[in-house]
Parts: sequence; structure tokens; C-alpha cells
Amino acid sequence: MTSSTLQPAINVLPSKKTPIILSVIAVIVFFSFGLLGNDQAAHFTLNSAGDAFELPELVFPGRITNIVFGVLLLAIAAYAWMQRKQGRILATWMVAIAAVLFVLGFLIWVVSGANINSISLASLLAGGVVLAVPLVFGSLSGVLCERAGVVNIAIEGQLLGGAFTAALVASLTQSAFAGLVAAGLAGAMVSLVLAVFSIKYVVNQIIVGVVLNVLVSGITGFLFTTVMQEDPERFNSPAHLPVIEIPLLSSIPVIGPILFKQSVIGYLMYLAVFLVWFGLFKTKWGLRVRAVGEHPKAADTLGIKVNAIRFWNVTLGGIVAGIGGSFFTLVAIDSFTKEISGGRGFIALAAVIFGRWNPIGAFLAALLFGFADNLQVILTIIGTPVPSQFMAMMPYLVTIFAVAGLVGRSRGPAAAGEPYVKE
Amino acid sequence: MSEKAPVVPGSGKPGNDLLRQITQGPGLVSVLGVIVALVIGGLLIAVTDEKVGETAGYLFAQPSAFFGEFWRAATESYVALFNGSIYNSSQGFKPFLETLTVSTPLICAGLGVAVAFRAGLFNIGAQGQIIIGSVLAAYIGFAWHLPIGLHLLLVIVFGLLGGAIWGGLVGLLKAKTGAHEVILTIMFNYVAVYLIDFLMNTQGFRRPGETNPISPILDSSAIFPAIPGSRLHLGFVMAVLLVLAVSWMFKRSTVGFEFRAVGHNPEAAQTAGINVARTTIIAMALAGALAGAAGVAQVAGTEKVLTGGIAGSLGFDAITVALLGRSTPWGTFFAGLLFGAFQAGAVNMQITTGTPIDIVSVVQSLIVLFIAAPPLVKAIFGMNRKKKRSSKLEPTKAGAK
Repeated sequence: MTSSTLQPAINVLPSKKTPIILSVIAVIVFFSFGLLGNDQAAHFTLNSAGDAFELPELVFPGRITNIVFGVLLLAIAAYAWMQRKQGRILATWMVAIAAVLFVLGFLIWVVSGANINSISLASLLAGGVVLAVPLVFGSLSGVLCERAGVVNIAIEGQLLGGAFTAALVASLTQSAFAGLVAAGLAGAMVSLVLAVFSIKYVVNQIIVGVVLNVLVSGITGFLFTTVMQEDPERFNSPAHLPVIEIPLLSSIPVIGPILFKQSVIGYLMYLAVFLVWFGLFKTKWGLRVRAVGEHPKAADTLGIKVNAIRFWNVTLGGIVAGIGGSFFTLVAIDSFTKEISGGRGFIALAAVIFGRWNPIGAFLAALLFGFADNLQVILTIIGTPVPSQFMAMMPYLVTIFAVAGLVGRSRGPAAAGEPYVKE
Repeated sequence: MSEKAPVVPGSGKPGNDLLRQITQGPGLVSVLGVIVALVIGGLLIAVTDEKVGETAGYLFAQPSAFFGEFWRAATESYVALFNGSIYNSSQGFKPFLETLTVSTPLICAGLGVAVAFRAGLFNIGAQGQIIIGSVLAAYIGFAWHLPIGLHLLLVIVFGLLGGAIWGGLVGLLKAKTGAHEVILTIMFNYVAVYLIDFLMNTQGFRRPGETNPISPILDSSAIFPAIPGSRLHLGFVMAVLLVLAVSWMFKRSTVGFEFRAVGHNPEAAQTAGINVARTTIIAMALAGALAGAAGVAQVAGTEKVLTGGIAGSLGFDAITVALLGRSTPWGTFFAGLLFGAFQAGAVNMQITTGTPIDIVSVVQSLIVLFIAAPPLVKAIFGMNRKKKRSSKLEPTKAGAK
């Protein structure tokens, strides 16, 4: 995309971006979190109610820990500069360690500076996963569409449509599963409009996506007022999906509640991530989808029906996002309210990009954003000096850095956004 | 302009196709698109109406009652909409002044989106640009105390500047790193939302003695003079002047020419010696400044205070305004008036008939969808028959790639 990528690769040192970023965070951790940090210790409890056995509480003295972390990070940054001089890039696992140190350092810094110096790591993680569920489904929808070359800005609309329909159907039938199925269909309906307009009528995909979000928000808001609020007992008291605990496994501390104490949608999430990953990268179908997304003309030449693949992928994406939307009204909250998805479709879009259009990556990015969201709630409770708004900004700032190429390079499917018209 | 645009893989630029879709298309289809959208909106109103539901019970025994109620429900709402936005017997044309008031920020922000479109850029970020513009404008308005004339001028300048910075940052990032402006603007919107949320809770912005996040009222010297008895203020004149300025820019100035050249074909523009990166930055900054003007109209005209919800859904409405106006300055102006009338009238509609305001977003978005897909509108009205005979010529033309 930039002219620099066209330059010959001889004698060109790797980008300075990684070493610079590492140096900056090392300095932040060493000075701001360490030297200027708080002396008090940060306590992290690992147990939650119903655990099988006790784990010790983790205690970190605020200032000293962060000085140590800062020194380690400075060492990694220095190593990164040396590596760059020799024309090498820092190993991914080193970058990962730096990221973990930074996050931990930040956590210790805020908790030691708060009014209450203790948070439950177990509930931070478990709550983060719960908040991430709709994000994961939304981002999988984004991955499915964009890998086939259709930009899906309408994730927000699909989530909202799913949430509304799930609430309505689960109220009328008093069956949460009927609501779940209906939510998938509603998401598919939204997708259908996206597919028909962008593929058949070759309308710009971004326009359709943006407009669809407004349309779904308008329709659900309208029906909420005219139908649901007229008789909330009948139209807006959905049956809920129970949380299913798997005996024994769910009482393992920390990971038990995350993996084995979820609603049906929570378990479906893990399954969906695996299926989308397997489907896209291990099957013939996935190869075709990716070919369509990267080079539709070449795919067409080989006999792949480009627009049919796109059409079905967009529809499938809608089903996935619709199910994710049902999480709001069937699990998380009692009933539907206007704009219940609250912009999470756009965070899901951010997760797609930050996860580099890979289902696993998008899953991890969505989890990260879920944790950030939950951390913001917990930090408000314990009363930290960091304004919650800046925590809430994090997913968006991270995404800006990601697309600007400051955190690695993220490149989408080459043909995403390009309509394909056979000549 | 050549028939076939070169396909640039991964450039993600909404180049030729987008521009052609937005700027070209018969006027008749636009009118028909509006009608279809209104009809669908009317159906939605009628279907959810209580009395219609009651009469549906004896649809076969008394079909006339059902269809009578159906017609009543749909038309009643639209009549209320008209009464609230243009004319009613008790107030005369006074509601039209309210329409103009509501249109003012829509026109400004719509221009912001339209200018970016023309340069081939998709500015979803009007929302954030309006927010930052209104934050700066409001701060100058209530925190500084300056003589009449100068004060309002500075409010306007800083409002435009705030929007320009927020938009220009996106342009800069796109030009320097190749990041897609759609993603950037969406993310910048959210950053702006949380930023204003944070600011409204600080000493500098919150009104003393107030627990709600609301700023002090702007000085009278910082507020647009208004027509007595209405909310219509001089900001509308600012909007008209901006329309004229943008119109002049596209027709006569070098910058406007460069925008259009880059919008049509960035590669060709680059070859012709136009600095595409610079044009991108200027276009986004200018788009942001225009959206910032919408923020000025809000804080220094309509609302007179700054709140977290100052931008409402203006930024997203602006996109539909620009699309309906086909990204021409005067098209955007009239589209802004139309959507302004919808929004002004919807308030009256909600009061008199109980039809929720949300119907406006439904109709607005349907209008844009239909206008973006002329073949669909033509199919609905059976206008495709003639075309089919000459369809041999169509694919190559519509194909573009």
C-alpha cells in the first residue's frame, strides 16, 4: 500500500516501529508505574465461590514490582534494537512477554494506587469472557464476510436484530431455544439485505453496511415502542438460557468458570471459533472462500462461483452474529431495550482487524476487549485514579494503532470491498 | 474518464464505482425511491397500529373498516409530520423555521461527508468531528469573555479547527500508513465520545453547582442571533455560505479540482503530478472542519450549552444526507432540508399520533438504500422492460472492473 514496500529488500533494516513501541512502554512502566508508582501492595485473589481447592492470594508490592518489570522491558527493548541492527526481527514470543509484562504492570499499578488494593482475578477473567461473547460472535461474522471479500460494517445491526428477535420470540413462545434460532434467522435477514444490495445491485458495501445499522436501529426502536412497551409481559419477557455447570470441571479455580460454567451460547462460542477456523483453513470450502476474498478473478477462472460463495458467506455471517446478539436478551439482560448492543458491533469490527482477519486472532482480540471492558467496571468499583473513560477508549485506540501499522502489520483480504462483476 | 478503472488490490479505495454511484443517477429514481421508502414506513406504522389490529380481526366480514383504519393510521402520522415541519393551520409556516433550524447542522455535517466522498474518502467520522468541534467552540463560548462579534467569530473558528484536527488526523494516518479511513473514522468517533464524556465530568466543563454533566450556558456574545419566537438562528446563514463556498471550491479552485481528480482515480492523479497524500490530508481536514461547523451550529445556535449528547445521531444522519444529495453541495443542502423536515416533524408526530421518532431513521435509511440501487426501484415500478432490450450494452458499462 505504501511506496516503501516497493523498495528493494537489499540492505533495508526492519521497521523501527517495534523497538520504538517497546522502548516507550518500557519507559512508561519503569518511571510512571515504577518510580512514580505507589508503595502499597496489590492483591489478586484467584478463587471464586464454589472452587474445589484454595489457591494462595497473589501479592505484589506496587513500586518494586514495576521497577523490576521496567528493567526487564528495557532489556527486551535494547535487545530489539540490537536485533534490528543485524537486520532481524524480534521473536514473536518476546513481544508477547513484553505485552504480558506491560498489562500486568499496569494492573499492579492501578490496583496498588486504588482505594481498595485487591481485586479478584478469577472474576475479572470470567466476567471478561462473558462480556466478550457477543464480540466473539460479531467478529466471527466479520471474518466470514471479509474473507469472502465483503466488508461487513453491519455487524452492529446484526447483533441488534438478533437481540430484538430473540427477545420477541422467546417471550411469545416462552422457549429460549426458539429465541436462539429466531435470532440466527434475524441476523441472516440483515445479511440478506447486505448481500442482495452489495452483490446483486453492486452498491458500495460500506454504504449498505452503514445504512443497515441505521435501519435496524430504527426498526427495532420503532417496534420496541409500538409493540414491546405496549405489553411487556407478553412481548418483552423472554425465557432465559440457563447457565450449565459441568460437574467437577467447573470447580477448578480460575479456568473452571471460564470454560465449564457457561450458557449454551457461551459453549457455542468456543465451538463456533473452532468451526470457523477449521472451515476456513482446513477444508476445500475455506480455500475457495479465501481465494474469492483475495483474487476473485482468479477464483472465477478456476470455476469457483464467486458471487454465490460471497452470498452464502455473508448469510452465514449473519446467522453467527444474530446468535451472538441473542446473548444480550437471552443470557445477559432480562429484556430488550433500545440500542441494547451499544456499539459492540464496532468493537467486534475492531477485533476482526486487530485479530488480523483470523478466527483465532479475532477471538483473542475480542477476549482482550471483553477484559478491558470488565476491568473498567471493576476499577470503577475499587476507585482508581484512572478515569474509566480512558479504559473504555482502549479497544479503539489499540485498533487505530493496529491499522496504522504500529502494532505489527495488519492486512485484510485483498479484494474486500471490491464488488465482482463478471466480464 | 476511461471506462475501465485499474483494479488496485488492497487499496480499498472507494474509487470510481463509489463516485459514480453517488454522483450519477436519474432524478426520477431519487423521487421514486423517496416515495417507496415513505410507503414502507406507512405500512410499518399501520401494521403496528392498535385500531388496525382490532379491525384485522374482522377483515373478511368488514374489509372496508380494515382498509379505512389502515389508511387512516398511515396518513395521520404523515399529516402530523407535515404539520410539524412545514405548515399547520394554527401556526402557519412557523414549523418551517424549526425545520431550517434542525437542517442547519445536517447540512454542515452532510457537506463534510460529501467533500470527503468527492475525494474518494469515506468519512464515517462526522460524529467525532462534530463532538470535538463543539467541545472547542463551547469552551471558547463559555470560558472566554470577549466583545460582541469577535467572540462569536472565535467560537466559529475554533469549532471548525476542532473538527479539522479530528478529521485531519485521520487523513494524516491514512496518507502516512495506508490505514483505511473507514476503520479509522469509526474508531475516532468512539474516542471522541469517551473524551467528551470524560471532559463533561471535569471542573473545566461542568457547570458549577450542577451534578449532571452539562456545561455553563454560552455567553450571549458567543451565540448566533436568532429570529424572535423561534429557534432559527444565523447559523443557517453560515450553512448556506458553506454550501456556496464548497460549490465554488469544486467548480473553480485548484484544490477542488485535485479532490475530484484523486476521487476519480488516485493513480492517474498521482501520475499527473497531484500530491495524493497531501490531498487526502487536506480533504479530511476540510471534511472535519465542515462537520465542526455542525458542532458550532449546535452549541452556539440551537442548544447554547454543551452536553455529552450534543452530536445526537447527526454524524450518521450526515452520511445519509450526503448520499441522498449525491455529494453535490446543493444536493446536500436540499437533502439536509428534507431530513431536517422529517426530524422536526417527527417530534410533532410523536406527540399527536404516538408514532415513535424511530420511524424517521427507518424512512431515511430506506431512502438511501433505494437511491443507491436504481435497478431495484426501476424493478418495483416496472421500468426495467425497456432496459432489458439494450442490456447487451449494460454489463460492460456497469461492470467497471
